[in-house]
Amino acid sequence: MTLFDEWALTLAVFLPLVGMALVLLIPRGQETAVKAVALITSLVTLGVGVGILTQFNYGKASALQFSVNESWIDVINSRFHLGIDGISLPLLILSMLIVPLCIIYSWNHFPEPHNPKAFLALILLLEVGMNGTFVSQDLILFFIFFEVVLLPMFFMIGVWGGPNREYASIKFFLFTLFGSALMLVAFLALFFTSKEATFDMVKLAQFGGSGIDHTTQLLIFAGLFLGFAIKVPMFPFHTWLPDAHTEAPTVGSVLLAAVLLKLGTYGFIRIALPILPDAAEAWAPWIGLLAVIGIIYGALCCLAQRDMKRLIAFSSVSHMGFVMLGIATLTSFGINAAVFGMVAHGLITGMLFFVAGSVGERYHTREMSRLGGLLTQAPKLGWILGFSAMASLGLPGLAGFWGEFPAILAAYEPANLANGLFGTSNLVTFRSFMIVAAIGTVLAAGYLLWMLQRVAFGKPKPEFEATHIHDVHASEWIAWTPILVLIVVLGIFPGLLFSITDGAASSLTKVFGG
Amino acid sequence: MNPVIDYHALAPEIVLSVTIILCLLVDLFIPDRPRLVPQLASLGVLAAIIPVLTLAVSGTDVSMFGGAFVVDNYALAFDGLFLVVAYITLLVSFDEIADGDYYGGEYYVLLLTSVLGMVMMASSRDLVSIFIALETISIPTFVLAGWRKHDTKSNEAAIKYFLIGVLSSAVMLYGMSLIFGFANGTKLSVISEYSAGSPPALFAVAIFLTIVGFAFKVSAVPFHFWAPDTYEGAPLPVTAFLSVASKAAGFVALLTIIRFGFFNSSDSWQPLIWVLAAASMTFGNLAALRQTNIVRMLAYSSIAQGGFILVPLAVAGDITGPSAWEAVLVYLMIYAAMNLGAFAVVMAVSRRTHSTEISSFAGLGRVDSVNAVMLSLFMFSLAGIPPLAGWFAKFVIFRAVFDAGTTAAVVLGVIAALNAVVAFFYYSNVVRRMWFDEAPEVVSSPRPASVALTLAIGITVVVVVVVGVYPEVFARLGQLAFASG
Repeated sequence: MTLFDEWALTLAVFLPLVGMALVLLIPRGQETAVKAVALITSLVTLGVGVGILTQFNYGKASALQFSVNESWIDVINSRFHLGIDGISLPLLILSMLIVPLCIIYSWNHFPEPHNPKAFLALILLLEVGMNGTFVSQDLILFFIFFEVVLLPMFFMIGVWGGPNREYASIKFFLFTLFGSALMLVAFLALFFTSKEATFDMVKLAQFGGSGIDHTTQLLIFAGLFLGFAIKVPMFPFHTWLPDAHTEAPTVGSVLLAAVLLKLGTYGFIRIALPILPDAAEAWAPWIGLLAVIGIIYGALCCLAQRDMKRLIAFSSVSHMGFVMLGIATLTSFGINAAVFGMVAHGLITGMLFFVAGSVGERYHTREMSRLGGLLTQAPKLGWILGFSAMASLGLPGLAGFWGEFPAILAAYEPANLANGLFGTSNLVTFRSFMIVAAIGTVLAAGYLLWMLQRVAFGKPKPEFEATHIHDVHASEWIAWTPILVLIVVLGIFPGLLFSITDGAASSLTKVFGG
Repeated sequence: MNPVIDYHALAPEIVLSVTIILCLLVDLFIPDRPRLVPQLASLGVLAAIIPVLTLAVSGTDVSMFGGAFVVDNYALAFDGLFLVVAYITLLVSFDEIADGDYYGGEYYVLLLTSVLGMVMMASSRDLVSIFIALETISIPTFVLAGWRKHDTKSNEAAIKYFLIGVLSSAVMLYGMSLIFGFANGTKLSVISEYSAGSPPALFAVAIFLTIVGFAFKVSAVPFHFWAPDTYEGAPLPVTAFLSVASKAAGFVALLTIIRFGFFNSSDSWQPLIWVLAAASMTFGNLAALRQTNIVRMLAYSSIAQGGFILVPLAVAGDITGPSAWEAVLVYLMIYAAMNLGAFAVVMAVSRRTHSTEISSFAGLGRVDSVNAVMLSLFMFSLAGIPPLAGWFAKFVIFRAVFDAGTTAAVVLGVIAALNAVVAFFYYSNVVRRMWFDEAPEVVSSPRPASVALTLAIGITVVVVVVVGVYPEVFARLGQLAFASG
């Protein structure tokens, strides 16, 4: 192992923490220094990510790489165990990429009450939690990082958010805390019931729940499910999401959509499925059911929204439903689709929130009935909105397609399990889900085009006719270009991503006969 | 027959006693140097920590006075906790006592006397020595609670605390006398042997009464009514001391008596403590939700936290290993750091605002960001949010619950998990006021926090962060304390 192999993940997780400490040391008056340090830190972290991309052994994507395994809390047998495989890698890179883009986007327009020092310190702390979650291979370590994410987002919504920020921030926190309390309880139950008292995910996945009786497995899985499903969020645990998204500052919404929601789906793939495969088989049809309800429910809610950001928030519920449907099939095809869906949704919805934020900043409203004619007033911004909406509705050739379509396809041939729902076979159950999910894509086209039509087409409303609307700023171009390029590249060459995830996904689903 | 006395093993108690007498004499004969007594008191406490360390290094258990007084790792761990807590309490007392119109000298004498009782408590293994230690702890605190003698609230605090304290002692003594009648001895080892047989039903009543007595001391619901009023009325350093040190001493007494005495009759005490734990967590939290004064909120929160500490005791009978005992020790250590820290910041802030209403913390983040950050850290730690120490305290509780693995234990664990979520609401309320709200215009005469108060905040915040990130420090201590037992 080279020095880089040994230290890459540790650096990836803790460099932002160093950056945060530096940011806090700089006096509040020196804003440029604060911004520069934050940006450089996040770029260096991204540099580490690029290094990982070049050094990663794609031939063995199912094996843990860049492992670190040091003693941490010996008394409870919990170790500082980091490592990545083909499933964690894309998400880690996504997180590393989005953070510097958010810092660049904020450069000249920090939301009220300004204070870039605190804002950037929180973003960097958030990155510690996000990167840490994607590389943890120990349940307790995972739990810590999973929770570290909460505090910065709580403050980001509560201090820099919209008029209803206090309600939204506490709701976000309480929901997630409730889930993670039960998740921790489930982790402890695993510790005491599995063959060896350990929190090591790799070992626990090897045991695959053997030695734990079936009822206990089902209960533990339910605990894990609540923890992750609230984070995703799955119907009916999604109600915190629209509030959090609507009130959060633009960058907060972007980070929430692009990375935070993925912590939940990632938890399913990394922890719940491999550690308790029997319980996963038993719960899979139900998860699939909630997923398709989420797809349709989220889409219908979108059609009833007046606020642009709230619409995009509900579209997240719908899109994450596709990801969960892919996971629930328990096939390698489905898991591949899910990971692709996560990355695609992260890029596309992140982009949509960026645009919604910029529109809101220019018009001082996101009320779609008051907007209109964006294409005439700020054509470039309008086109970017159109492009992102097309990507989001799953237009072939753009990244969104490869998240949605394979997930639907995977539901055609789910894992070969005995029982589906309501006395039917698993096959029938999932094929019915497939039909419902397909209807969801039609609805998605509906609400996204409707949004585009109301915001971008037509003439500006009288109240904004005279207002000068600045087209895309330089900082916006820098922040958005990488995302736009990636949406196209992944859309045309989906194999780039599938080739990374496939090895890990197929080895993960071997237990399900998939 | 002369009792064998090991002066090394008794050194912490002796150092404290000498310090107490010196403080009295200095206060009497050198009255024109008011800063001498507090300095002497803190030096005495620090000096008492030295023999605790040397004893821990030497590693041999000492048993004295016919087994009524034992110095082992268990006792030393709690000795260390009490002395460190005492030192931090002294640090936070300096300003408050010097600024107010108080009798400074007596304050420190009474405080140290109470600490002496705590150090004795950790070593007591006999109903009589436990009771004496408990009264040595309580009686000085009755006086301390009424320290602001011109303030009616403080008087009320002292009277309520005194009456309930005496009542609980009476109930406890009655229970203990019944136990003595059955077991024919007051030593815990004798009681343990007796309860291993098949004791009559009335023995369960004796256990019940004894534990109810302790329930008053640790303000477990429904025996908690005195706590909020006493906490609010007493001077802030005394409140900090009551809610951390004397509460911890009550738990240590309960732990000792259950572990060494009642362990075999777990049928008699487990259900009782289960109910106390569930009620304390739930009612403590629900009442804390409604508070508008931060001291009262912390009072109710400490009732809820007490409920959490009772959880491992409620399942201890079903565990063969020491995980329940370890949980109590680790929880107490972490709780001490975060609660003392919270009180220290409240004191620092209220020196400027002259108020402990939660509304007076509005906008603190912009006025005094350092203290606001500190208080936020303590509040999140109390709420159990990683990576601050509080998460590990909650974790060891859940670990004990699953180690027991019975249905009753798991149900209690779920109640605890739900309560952890409820608690976040009121802890975060303080944080939200500080960061989300605008500061009020009027800022009254600022009095900067002293070095001592800052040091206290510094020590506690370091503990809260370091233990949160690397809990092995406290976990290892907990393991050592119960290794040979």
